[in-house]
Amino acid sequence: MEVPILKQGPFLIATIQAALSDADLLQLRTALVHQVVRSRSLGVIVDVTAMDVMDSFASRTLLEISHMIRLRGADTVIVGIQPEVAFAMVQLGLTLEDIPTALDLEEGLAHLQQKFQTAH
Amino acid sequence: MSREKLVAKEATVASSYAADLARSEPTTELLRELVAHLRQNRTLLREEWVARISEARLLTAMTKEEIFNEATSVYDSYVAALETGTFEALQAYARNLSERIIPRGVETHEVVGIVLLLRDVLARSLFAKHQTDFEKLNRILDAYEPAANRIANTVAVGFVQERERVIRQQQEAIRELSTPVLQVRERLLILPIIGVIDPQRARQLTEQLLRGIRTNRAKVVVIDITGVAAMDATVANHLVQTVEASRLLGATVIVTGLSPEIAQTLVTIGLDLGKMNTVGDLQGGIEQAERLLGYKVVPTS
Repeated sequence: MEVPILKQGPFLIATIQAALSDADLLQLRTALVHQVVRSRSLGVIVDVTAMDVMDSFASRTLLEISHMIRLRGADTVIVGIQPEVAFAMVQLGLTLEDIPTALDLEEGLAHLQQKFQTAH
Repeated sequence: MSREKLVAKEATVASSYAADLARSEPTTELLRELVAHLRQNRTLLREEWVARISEARLLTAMTKEEIFNEATSVYDSYVAALETGTFEALQAYARNLSERIIPRGVETHEVVGIVLLLRDVLARSLFAKHQTDFEKLNRILDAYEPAANRIANTVAVGFVQERERVIRQQQEAIRELSTPVLQVRERLLILPIIGVIDPQRARQLTEQLLRGIRTNRAKVVVIDITGVAAMDATVANHLVQTVEASRLLGATVIVTGLSPEIAQTLVTIGLDLGKMNTVGDLQGGIEQAERLLGYKVVPTS
């Protein structure tokens, strides 16, 4: 299942549907990095609202996405983590380290726009 | 011991007593005689017992009338237990009595005390009645004593069980003290926590908070624990997890009001202070939250 990646000005938005296989996650990782290069994007929002579980593989892949995109000079924001998922994640010790997170798409965009503005 | 185990144990003892009863015919006869004597002299013996109770300064929380009424019920239940050799009715009565007098501030030693006094008063009256026949007195006491001890035991245990039930009920009520998640500014939530937090309540608080963050689209949360005296390492870890989970929802958490004891606990469990944003008191916490959100509070004059 391919994750749709939309362009919103200087940013990319990837909306994950529920039940992504490991292969799909890796495919997303590759697709996002390529797209960031092609579009010369400044930021990526990964919307996980529809994900009702987040296992260690998904969590690690999100970290990798963030690091790879950072190497292209862009920021990643993870948005839409559900309360139950957040709770389960911290209990398993999956914290997404220092990747910025936001409540939803609107907040994620606001965060990136703020960063983009202050960087100028 | 759980209630079920206790009841089972009592049933075993009760059946052995009933077995003793069945074994010795003379004992039954003697008990019948004893019960008749106690019924005949009810007024006199009850009066003496009540006098002893005030002499011993027991049941001071109750009025004379209340003591008289309870004394009558206890006396009758006591004699009935002696007569039937069964203790369920007495047990039920003891628990019922306890339910009534515990809120009045009656203590365990008072309840045990008055039952033992009744035992003494009745025993003395037996001594008086059979003072000329030492042999008969011995036989009557052989019948009376195990029953009387069993009665004292039943009443005391019933009282203690009722107290334990009240304590459990109160613990439950404390656990359920609902903790509201309050919005005090746009995007700013306050979670004031008061009382004892056990792991169950901690979990409830976290779920409530995370849902509140999502519903109110909060960006900053101030968790105030001024009202929490102490927490163990499990609950402290839970607090850290709550902070991390809130971050995953895009909200920053400021913890305020840590007591010296809790500060010690957190350091002892090796908390990474970088993970936790803390301010001394609630006022400071709200001020910092406002700064984070870009508010500035300015006096109007």
